[in-house]
Amino acid sequence: MLAQIRTAVLMIVVLTVLTGIAYPLAITGVAQVLFPDQADGSLIERDGVVIGSELIGQGFVDRTDEDGPTYGRTLAGYFRGRPSAAFVEDGILVSSGSNYGPTNRVLIDRVAADVAVVRQENGLAAAIEIPIDLVTASASGLDPHISPASAAIQIARVARERGVDEARVRELVNDHTEGRTLGFLGEPRVHVLNLNLALDEEAPMPAAGAAGG
Amino acid sequence: MSNALLLIAYFGVLLAMTKPVGLFMARVFSGERTVLHPVVAPVERGIYRLTGVDETKEMRWTTYAVAMLLFNLAGFLVVYLLQRLQRGLPLNPRELSGIEPRSAFNTAVSFVTNTNWQGYYPEITMGYLTQMSGLTVQNFVSAATGIAVAIALVRGFARRSSREIGNFWVDLTRATLYVLLPLSIVMAVFLVARGVPQNLNDYTAAVGLGGETVLIPQGPVASQEAPKMIGTNGGGFFNANSAHPYENPTPLTNFVQMVAIFLIPAGLTYTFGRMVGNTKQGWAIFAAMSALFFVGVAVTTVAEQSGNPLLTDAGASQETTVNGESTPGGNMESKETRFGIAASSLFAVITTAASCGAVNAMHDSFTPLGGMVPLANIGLGEVIFGGVGAGLYGILVYSVLAIFIAGLMVGRTPEYLGKKIEPYDVKMAMLVTLVLPLSILGFTGVAMATDEALASRWNPAAHGLSEILYAFTSATGNNGSAFAGISANTPFFNPTLGMAMLIGRFLMIVPILALAGNLAHKQRATVTAGTFPTTGPLWIGLLVGVILIVGALTYFPAYTLGPVVEHFQMRNGITFSLE
Amino acid sequence: MDTERNTITSGAVATGGSPGGSIREVGLGPDSQGLPPAGQRPSSGDSGKKAPKRNLFDPGIVRPALAESLRKTNPRHLWHNPVMLIVEIGAVITTVALATNIAGDGEEQIWFVAAIAAWLWFTVLFANFAEAMAEGRGKAQAEALRRTRTETLAQVMIGGDRARIERRASADLRAGDLVLVEANDTIPSDGEVVEGVAYVSEAAITGESAPVLKEPGTDIASSVTGGTQVVSDWLVVRITAEPGRTFLDRMIALVEGASRQKTPNEIALNILLAGLTIVFLIVVVTLSPLAEYAGSPASITVLVALLVTLIPTTIGGLLSAIGIAGMDRLVQRNVLATSGRAVEAAGDIDVLLLDKTGTITYGARMAAEFIPAAGVSEAELTAAALRSSLADETPEGKSIVLLAERMGQRADRAYLEGAELVPFTAETRMSGIRRDGRATMKGAIDAVGRIVGTIPADIQEASNRVAAAGGTPLAVIEDNRPLGVIYLKDTVKPGMRERFDELRAMGIRTIMITGDNPLTATTIAAEAGVDDFVAEAKPEDKIRIIREQQAEGRLVAMTGDGTNDAPALAQSDVGVAMNTGTAAAKEAGNMVDLDSDPTKLIEIVAIGKQLLMTRGALTTFSIANDVAKYFAIIPAMFAGAYATDRDDASALDALNVMDLTSPESAILSAIIFNALIIVALIPIALRGVAYRPMSAAALLRRNLLVYGVGGIVAPFVGIKAIDVILTGIGMA
Repeated sequence: MLAQIRTAVLMIVVLTVLTGIAYPLAITGVAQVLFPDQADGSLIERDGVVIGSELIGQGFVDRTDEDGPTYGRTLAGYFRGRPSAAFVEDGILVSSGSNYGPTNRVLIDRVAADVAVVRQENGLAAAIEIPIDLVTASASGLDPHISPASAAIQIARVARERGVDEARVRELVNDHTEGRTLGFLGEPRVHVLNLNLALDEEAPMPAAGAAGG
Repeated sequence: MSNALLLIAYFGVLLAMTKPVGLFMARVFSGERTVLHPVVAPVERGIYRLTGVDETKEMRWTTYAVAMLLFNLAGFLVVYLLQRLQRGLPLNPRELSGIEPRSAFNTAVSFVTNTNWQGYYPEITMGYLTQMSGLTVQNFVSAATGIAVAIALVRGFARRSSREIGNFWVDLTRATLYVLLPLSIVMAVFLVARGVPQNLNDYTAAVGLGGETVLIPQGPVASQEAPKMIGTNGGGFFNANSAHPYENPTPLTNFVQMVAIFLIPAGLTYTFGRMVGNTKQGWAIFAAMSALFFVGVAVTTVAEQSGNPLLTDAGASQETTVNGESTPGGNMESKETRFGIAASSLFAVITTAASCGAVNAMHDSFTPLGGMVPLANIGLGEVIFGGVGAGLYGILVYSVLAIFIAGLMVGRTPEYLGKKIEPYDVKMAMLVTLVLPLSILGFTGVAMATDEALASRWNPAAHGLSEILYAFTSATGNNGSAFAGISANTPFFNPTLGMAMLIGRFLMIVPILALAGNLAHKQRATVTAGTFPTTGPLWIGLLVGVILIVGALTYFPAYTLGPVVEHFQMRNGITFSLE
Repeated sequence: MDTERNTITSGAVATGGSPGGSIREVGLGPDSQGLPPAGQRPSSGDSGKKAPKRNLFDPGIVRPALAESLRKTNPRHLWHNPVMLIVEIGAVITTVALATNIAGDGEEQIWFVAAIAAWLWFTVLFANFAEAMAEGRGKAQAEALRRTRTETLAQVMIGGDRARIERRASADLRAGDLVLVEANDTIPSDGEVVEGVAYVSEAAITGESAPVLKEPGTDIASSVTGGTQVVSDWLVVRITAEPGRTFLDRMIALVEGASRQKTPNEIALNILLAGLTIVFLIVVVTLSPLAEYAGSPASITVLVALLVTLIPTTIGGLLSAIGIAGMDRLVQRNVLATSGRAVEAAGDIDVLLLDKTGTITYGARMAAEFIPAAGVSEAELTAAALRSSLADETPEGKSIVLLAERMGQRADRAYLEGAELVPFTAETRMSGIRRDGRATMKGAIDAVGRIVGTIPADIQEASNRVAAAGGTPLAVIEDNRPLGVIYLKDTVKPGMRERFDELRAMGIRTIMITGDNPLTATTIAAEAGVDDFVAEAKPEDKIRIIREQQAEGRLVAMTGDGTNDAPALAQSDVGVAMNTGTAAAKEAGNMVDLDSDPTKLIEIVAIGKQLLMTRGALTTFSIANDVAKYFAIIPAMFAGAYATDRDDASALDALNVMDLTSPESAILSAIIFNALIIVALIPIALRGVAYRPMSAAALLRRNLLVYGVGGIVAPFVGIKAIDVILTGIGMA
């Protein structure tokens, strides 16, 4: 028994050194040499400032809006991302889904409120339908994508707000749309952050400032 | 269409990898030489020398069990202490404070038992050293423990008139060195290449386009992510787990993660067949698992793609083509756009069929039936490929029961793989079977009668019941996924869930090792035309039937008051609010 | 007393199939369908279709069984059966609930609680009844046997001295006592003949009316059984059994079930059932807070009802009846097993070791042909063969005489006078007669060869031909001149090939053991269709073969009668001793066949299989039943779950797939079905499920369909039907 205890302790120590120190450090070394950009989080810099990560979605809504259960109103000139239940604590971006169950009144009310906001902001005709992904929270709260259908209903508004041609915006949307990998992996999707960055680049807001620093 | 293609591609890859992986493991655990020996064997010998293990000495089941328990206790202490003391330890750039005892207990138990339930927000709780040297290590060794136990049980069936079932230290070391570590290294590098961070940097301050500044968490993610999937651990580096774009950035990484979950469990079915001398036996188990798997995938995918009628009422379209443009459609609440319905549903079924528990979508927000499948997958004991090792030993216990109940009907004392199933074996199998309902339903019953527990609900009515039921199901099944709205980091849930995890792990493993020891000792009967055949479709159907019936009988009433009634409520357009 | 004994006789022997009878009878033929209580059974000739039913529910057994069911409600009795104990506790609880309701403290409808309580009590009674029925059938038989165990006064010879006789009650006899028994005496206890020659009637035990010759030193013929009767002459018997441990005592205890211990398989099944019961106990107990949370609290009556319908009451109630009935079926075939374990082992047999002689063939080899040598006339050969066999009392010798007479020779007994008889010895392996300087002998070909030097080619050829045809050649020589060959034919019993084919389908290999030469053995083996044979076998070969087979993980069964079979009988997993066999053989084996029919082994295997199958089938059926019961009770129980203001219909209505009238009728129907199914299955429990020899895969497919799928479907139909009736009579 004593021998077994000794072996157990030695074994966890040895395996911790091997798999808990040597292995992750070795992977870190390899990663930093071979894929330094990815290893550091695929960060995007603009004018020397880190504005985020290519992988981490941003909402592009004004979350201070307190009128009702809605996720918020879209920032002018931007494509709106998906609602998010991620939150910031001690300044740290914490990922989270909404975790609302399908019969939870709060969920239904939030979706209804966001549908109303999206309809109103984009001035959609009654015949135009709201795609589900645009009014449902993502699992991580950091989803960088929306569906092509969700982008499509925002094109007219963005074009109007930025004062550019709808066709040009549509073109940019297409540029930032990815199809299914190998034809069956994943969903067609529009990268919202990259699209909005491209818009800022190509067609800055008439009244600069909304884009921030 | 792409839904079906995804499933076909996934299953095809799994099928193709089962034999090579299984064969490799069979060789490793039989002490045969493999391609990795030139590199790994010296390390293996070094470990034995450092720890004083005599690799030639085999153990009886009792010694094996004691070694396993002691090792897990030691592992528990390491994880517990790393959490408690992390404030003063290096590699903690955010200077996160030590974790309070109950949560530290819960998390340590959680990772040691291969559950990897997380009652905390990792981004704001765990320092890099705790993640690397505590949690990542358990991602390896808790998985290795599972594999070791499964191999011990397989030896029980394979051997005759033997007292020994192997050497735990050797099985543990080999599982880590030859199987888990090499696969993890390859997968970690792949993940980094596709965008998963691997650094020891401080969190990145980023000024978003909206103007607000946030700290984007960083860390050695890839090196933890790889064994998290390969060892069916499932504990996320971040709160959102594999839904977080840093953990699972693309549909391709998602596909690889799904394959990684089932890779070893599927391979073990072949290892089993090979070690008992009839690979058909292994394929029969594989087929039974596959059948249950397809049912689960079909139900969840259809349920999620059909969506939530209440959301349609709220004005959102759940069609896949809206205004002539593409959208995932279906119930997209708490799912990622890049994965859509198909990859989210498939992932949910896989992660709960196995005891992984990683999630790429939030099960709490699934439709009732879509969410019932993960719940049931775990409730059945995660025998659909299952946890590394745990899935195989779980389904072998079901096999013993199925053989015993129905095997009598061929007019012989039931025997499985030539081993007669006698009172002692039935007793051990029943002990294992009792663990699930006792812990899951017992704790749930207590919680539903406790106001403090009810206060942790995030959702009302039937769904609130499902959340609590899921929590104890997940903990007992050592899965770790959650109906994650529940606030489990509470004085009620930390200890009860911790206990459920311990019960679900060790109260199963010990009787299984006892069973292994008893089986190893028996003579192996010859197969004749009068022997219950355990390879054909009839057997596969019987095994599937027994698993489903046992599961249905155990959970029917509880599920009726959870997902089942909620399904009809949803159809009838009824909603609820927390009072 | 005589009439009583005759009664036993008819009861005991009635079902014993003739040696050539078909295995298909087991569990299928009318013969096997009911136990014949003494004197009740129709003679085997008129086993009409009505007979089985009358036998099964014979009022002579049913009436005491009904009383016994009440007595068995004593919780101390139910302790060994956890499933039924739970039901009884449930019945008590609901009865108390009924009292509370009547006192005005309950909220439920009184008729509903009363009905549930009543049906729970019925459930207990029905299960008790099943057990009492099975026991009653055994008891009836034991009672009949007991009547033969007369308390005789034995004449004990003190110190082995015939002059010093002491009269002592048979119950006081010790092993080793020497007892004198004379004509018309009943042999007081089991023993071994040491002196004297007498005919003994064993009718009391075997039902065989023809008396048997008993004499000392002849192994088989020197063993006597207590309770049998000397019909002529006298014997001195050395008692071999201690008091209360005689063959008859054991037989009675076994039949009665007094010494019944749970078999390993029964224990294992009990563990499974107890485990399932615990699972359902957990399910039901923990359901209460969940129901409370859902705003649909369940009353104790409903919870008990749910629990009782879920736990495996069907198999739990019938399990001991199945075991007793299985043993009983063996007894009906005049086979006594020393333990239930042996009966189960019979179902597991992989290899049957069968003696050729007497089992596969009739044993007595008959002369079939005289083949003269060149230059010898047939008449000459026939006459010589006849002479050589005149004094030969063996069946072979007699058959030679018979054949010769049929061919026109006359047996002249006078020839024996003054003749010197040459007996058969193991050394010479020849026998014959010598008179007037003329030696007429017959014997094995090689033995003859030793005498005459070289065997003439035509004789050798003839003998080869005989051997190749499966016969035994005997050469006849007169004054060392070979005259020809007698063809002794060994006949395979009819129907053996079919039996072995069936055994093969069941996965059982048959190995024939014979002392014959390989050539003869091959022929017989081929004709009989055995899988394997061992030729020129010596007695010790049997044990070697058994050990070899067991080392390869096979279970072996064999029959035997001689003392030299005892080690092999003990080594085999199922050793069936012939009742005509020696005490040593009977002691070594774990079964005794009173009919001394070696082919009985095949039926024994079938009975063992049938016993296990019945358990498995009813367990499967019982568990499968639960699905429908859930669909009946759960929607009824939770009709008000999560009720909201706008919620007019219960959300769970969709689960009421049987469209049962009301929650009360749904729950009551399930409980009633649960109770009635026990009664409905009593016949299957007692008779065993139908069994036909076939492969395990085919059996499984069939039984899964009948008892698995059937077990899922049947209660849907049954519960709905009961609900319709309840609704019809206004109870819902």
